[in-house]
Amino acid sequence: MNIKVVRTTAEFEGELAETTALVEGKDLVPWGGDDGLSIVGARATRVDGVARVTGRARYTQDLYFPGMLHVRMLRSPYPRARVLAVDASRALAHPGVRGVLHRFNAPKAAFRGEETIFRDEVRFAGDEVAAVAADSEEHAADAVRLIDVEYEVLPFVADLEEAMRDDAVRVDAKGNVSESGTFDRGDARRAFAGAKIVVEAIYRTSTQIHNSFETHGAVARWDGDELTVWESTQHVFGVRAGLQAALKIPYRDIRVLCDYMGGGFGSKGGAGKYTIVAAMFARQLGTPVRCFLTRDEENLAAGNRSATYQTVKISARGKKIDAIEHLSWSNSGQGRWVADPTGPTKGLYDIPNVRTRSYKVVTSLGALSSFRAPGYVEGTFALDQAIDELADRMGEDPLALRRRHAARQSDPVTGQRYSLKRLLRCYDIGEKEIEWQHRKPEGTRGSAPHRRRGYGMASQLWGGSGLPPAYATVHLNPDGTAVLRCGTQDIGTGTRTVLAQILAEELGIDVGDVRVELGDTNSQYSPISAGSLTVSSVGPAVRLAARDARMQLLEAASGLLEVGASELRVEGGKIVSKGRRVPLGEVLGQVDNYTVIGKGSRFPNPEGLSLKTFGAHFAQVEVDIRTGEVFVEHVVAVHDIGRVINPLTAASQVEGGVIQGLGFVLSEERVVDRPTGRVVNGNLEGYKIPTVRDTPKITVRFVDEPDTRANNIGAKGLGEPPIIPLPAAIANAIANAIGVRMRTAPITRQRILDALSLQ
Amino acid sequence: MPKAPQYVGPGAVDVQLEVNRDRVSVHVPPHRTLLDTLRETLGLTGAKRVCDEGTCGACTVLLDGEPVYSCMTLAVACAGRCVETVEGLASENALHPVQQAFIDNDAFQCGFCTPGQIMSCVGLLRHNASPTSEDVLRAVSGNLCRCGAYPNIVAAALAAAKKQRR
Repeated sequence: MNIKVVRTTAEFEGELAETTALVEGKDLVPWGGDDGLSIVGARATRVDGVARVTGRARYTQDLYFPGMLHVRMLRSPYPRARVLAVDASRALAHPGVRGVLHRFNAPKAAFRGEETIFRDEVRFAGDEVAAVAADSEEHAADAVRLIDVEYEVLPFVADLEEAMRDDAVRVDAKGNVSESGTFDRGDARRAFAGAKIVVEAIYRTSTQIHNSFETHGAVARWDGDELTVWESTQHVFGVRAGLQAALKIPYRDIRVLCDYMGGGFGSKGGAGKYTIVAAMFARQLGTPVRCFLTRDEENLAAGNRSATYQTVKISARGKKIDAIEHLSWSNSGQGRWVADPTGPTKGLYDIPNVRTRSYKVVTSLGALSSFRAPGYVEGTFALDQAIDELADRMGEDPLALRRRHAARQSDPVTGQRYSLKRLLRCYDIGEKEIEWQHRKPEGTRGSAPHRRRGYGMASQLWGGSGLPPAYATVHLNPDGTAVLRCGTQDIGTGTRTVLAQILAEELGIDVGDVRVELGDTNSQYSPISAGSLTVSSVGPAVRLAARDARMQLLEAASGLLEVGASELRVEGGKIVSKGRRVPLGEVLGQVDNYTVIGKGSRFPNPEGLSLKTFGAHFAQVEVDIRTGEVFVEHVVAVHDIGRVINPLTAASQVEGGVIQGLGFVLSEERVVDRPTGRVVNGNLEGYKIPTVRDTPKITVRFVDEPDTRANNIGAKGLGEPPIIPLPAAIANAIANAIGVRMRTAPITRQRILDALSLQ
Repeated sequence: MPKAPQYVGPGAVDVQLEVNRDRVSVHVPPHRTLLDTLRETLGLTGAKRVCDEGTCGACTVLLDGEPVYSCMTLAVACAGRCVETVEGLASENALHPVQQAFIDNDAFQCGFCTPGQIMSCVGLLRHNASPTSEDVLRAVSGNLCRCGAYPNIVAAALAAAKKQRR
């Protein structure tokens, strides 16, 4: 088999990057729209459904090994302090305690650009100061309270807008604020100077916490030189790389596993401090060690969606948007990057003059991490409200205004043609489903005299093309059943099921005859399950592996049946030849010891094309103007993601995105006490995620047109698109209902009442 | 089943209870929760620990047929009582109708809250063979789901009830 080097530009979380990968053989002609597929494109219940509903699915948190020790962390109570001394003697004397690690005794370990796990200067309330390993979680938790630490408390800043001020405490040597992205198209400032209608406003979004139900954590076990780590992760290979960097041991000796995992939403992208600490303790103490964050810790130190402060200035010329300027400041906490909110402003609408600037703001708070469409949710909240504000001033219907800027079939950022763009189709479907004609510019009376009704919508732009490298291996057993092995993970999105469908379709067997084994670094590499790229990266490799297996199967069958291979095909688990249908098990069963092994790799994306996903959300809400309560009555979510492989799991994913978006826009807000720099609602009691009662009627629609230029399965990603436009659509509907623009998320009852009282 | 004795701590005590129709005896301190006892002593890891403070419902089990948060229930308080967990629902060859409805309606994504959701729905159907949507909402309003599977959870509960009536 010939191996080729390919270089390709691909998008991850809104950023374009060059990647190099190795591919084997030749890519396949993409499945077209009328290729008679019977499994791909059909509803399929989850292949791991039984395991998940019987409690048999074993998550990392469900692993208990004999002799296993439990770790709890001591976390800084101060947002910024120097750790001068640690006295662990009282903790070590506590029953069941086996070890304590802290900055004065922990082995050196490279971790995300630093050389140690326990910093000499802690930088947020919740930063790791020490770790205790004990025979029970209870003993570990008790012992944590017995560690005596001497701190030198330092000045801090724990608020985005405070940190932006010139006289703010500097918590970063280079200054709190740094520019992270600039973009110019045309000349926005000149356009504003000559414009008759200009709208300018400030938008704010709050810090959103992932609150994955399985908290971050790992279990580590050494067998001699071999380290096995079970981790709740979106990227087993990322965890492996983190362990290698920290512990300086070869890949040969590291195996990372993640079978079932309880949600990540972007926050579980690689090894955490808990991983390294578990591995260190396990080596030192010679027994398996488990280190999981508590719910409180999950809210402090496991990442978040940055709060933002954004200004948008937008102007019209005639009946069209002429210019837009979008400036954004993101609270990265102690993170080192920015999830840029200006991405949609640059590329979503065809606007001639665009100017964007994005800034990172360092504060004394936990680092950001990717959270489902990082930047794009926050940015779309500002952008699509600004468009509505402009439409109001122009006296235009906001949907009609967007249509004038949504038809362009090339990417305004790169000038490249889109592989497929059906944004206008999304508008058409959504307009009809929500019955947009009921929208009146001044809103309407709701279902009671004190309730106002409004309609709003917003658009979605995201990547989701997927990228190499990704590999898959298919083992076809002599009885006609198959095992698919690949290094990706199913974080709850249905990856196992969708990959089984692709395999079954291409190989010609039933989904029920496929077992999918994921989340193991002893398989071939797959990328992180994030960025809406799992299916579009791994799916094409699975199809190639299945094709490879099928070709070999036909060769084997040709010999065994004494029929030319060209006269054979595989269908429904049977070899079909001239009207004869022989089950695979009977054919291969003649030699009950041969396993057909098919391999496949992900080929690069097409050159010179822009691969994006599009969509639009429409919302109908009522607002009780006495209480400020928002009743979301109906959400219509329409997405253009290429081929839909499984309409059942895809619809679930969209509903999930809509509901998480509702949390962002209506209820979720990490609250920090400014005088102490501490998070005061770090649990599911005080941090309000949506409940079943907050769930509106949701109508999910897909354009479902295969993107035959994108990859051999014609599918793009869906993980992130359904959270992106929802907050702006709701905000626009609220503004339509009450006639007041709500520019701060979450739009709580208090904020609505405050805004109404100012009228 | 013996009558619940008076327990005094702080040491571990013997507690006899019924779990998924089996009589079991566990040796636990009086402050140990039912959740930790199920997971760590009995190896029943279906019920999940998510908030550990009675907010999310991922640890829901049935105690004498009633849904309870097992993280808010002490093991000693279950002496002589019947506990049912998600592991005990299916028979040899068939899933419980609620379990099957959860699969058919795709009522979960990551699946971490699922055992709790299922137990709340099973608890509801025990008392109420023909629940309305409102009944279902009330039954699962104490079960959070971060993936947002709510619409399908409600659909699954109603479908299971319908199937059970037939």
